[in-house]
Amino acid sequence: MNTRELTIVRDEKVDACGPWSAIVRAGQTLQIIDLHGNQAVDTLLYGVAGDQVDHGLRYSAQATVAAQRNIFLSTGSVLRATNGTPLMTIVADDVGNHDTIAGACSKESNTLRYGHHTVHQHACAENFLAEGAKWGLGKRDIVSNINFFMNVPVEADGTLGIVDGLSAPGKSLTLRADRDTLVLVSNCPQINNPCNGFDPTEVRMVISAHPPDVAGQTAHPPDVAGPTAP
Amino acid sequence: MSTDSTTGARDHARSQVRPATMRIPATPPDVDPSRLLWAEAVPPGSYATRVLGRGTRLRLIDPDGGACAHLLLFRSDAPWERLNVADTVKVPWQAYLRAGHPLLSDQGRVLATVIADGSGHHDTLCGMTDAGRAKMLLAAIKHGLDIRDVAPSVSLFKGVRVGDDGTLGFTGSAGPGAAVDLLIHLPVVVALVNTAHPLDPDPALTGLDVLAWRAGDQLTTPVNAEPEYLRALFNTESTWAAAQTSEVFE
Repeated sequence: MNTRELTIVRDEKVDACGPWSAIVRAGQTLQIIDLHGNQAVDTLLYGVAGDQVDHGLRYSAQATVAAQRNIFLSTGSVLRATNGTPLMTIVADDVGNHDTIAGACSKESNTLRYGHHTVHQHACAENFLAEGAKWGLGKRDIVSNINFFMNVPVEADGTLGIVDGLSAPGKSLTLRADRDTLVLVSNCPQINNPCNGFDPTEVRMVISAHPPDVAGQTAHPPDVAGPTAP
Repeated sequence: MSTDSTTGARDHARSQVRPATMRIPATPPDVDPSRLLWAEAVPPGSYATRVLGRGTRLRLIDPDGGACAHLLLFRSDAPWERLNVADTVKVPWQAYLRAGHPLLSDQGRVLATVIADGSGHHDTLCGMTDAGRAKMLLAAIKHGLDIRDVAPSVSLFKGVRVGDDGTLGFTGSAGPGAAVDLLIHLPVVVALVNTAHPLDPDPALTGLDVLAWRAGDQLTTPVNAEPEYLRALFNTESTWAAAQTSEVFE
């Protein structure tokens, strides 16, 4: 394993309830740190060429779970575009189980789930639309996403739901970009279910570049997460 | 028959109809034939689309036990509002489609409800194969849509179940003759693709039958009394009523 020094490209906090986005270049890693514990980080991925989004190369929850024959994401999970192309791979995970079937909250679906009094609460779909617009993404580009740090079991009879999380303060996961990828995030503002412990909090995003190995290829990131939460 | 002239080619083309056989799904005995809107047999590997109005009952049939109907729905009057598979499983707290299950849009509305299910072998998790997506893209393009609109889909007549550890198990077909009925709540583009399920280890595709008829009276009888469903119906009905320019809502 290559242990030479990595370079921190970006190290940012995402405000509670806020959006975030960045391009992670092929070979770079993104560590997502759940600073305060049980904070759902709703995430979509899009292939990019330069800084231009490829609208036909977006994350597909269905292609991802069908390829790995498992609904849960953890270390080793390859996050695939609709046509199967690997966009990112989870290379480290302190939690062990992340959701990708339950989608993002929206003002509209909140009315079904919690009642019409919640229609003006902030929601992930709003974050995705506002942040995605900066990259030329529209409503039609928004699909079923990943919910890092969110726990959604499916019982034998098909009953599923968002239950108390498995994460804890400081736990993190690390994604390696398998190609240049736009990461679009909503730091989930939901206050009506346990996905954020009923208290949305900030998370930390660290993008790192890794030195090339002796063969001139981009090094794989270390198996253990690089920077740690303060 | 010579085709070396336009008249010869025309005669040849027209002569092909007479000996041709084309199976058309039979009208169900309890359906008034004058209410029938759509009857089509979709061969293995092919697809079909239709705009269906509110109050249409759509019946999909797997006559020979090998069909797999991949389905997308778009509001025909606002196609950026479409089937949202995540909300379709999350809002009803249920991953497995069965009678009473709504197919929800991304705007908190019911595009269709599963109102009868003789199969019980369906999937909301795995989507389509490359071949299926290629057909679905053609279906979308024919309605002015593009690759952005080919969103996660549901699959009927081939089942998947989730194990305790999250593993996906393929449960196959319920056998020949299964049917699923959907009630359409808002005008939709229905896009159906009959291609293999991505987890099917040995796909032996057979034809898919499609029938649809007017059944607007059924909109007034909710088949599901769960609070999430009733709120989705409220959103649907109020949106539909507000968009009408006459007093006739049906």
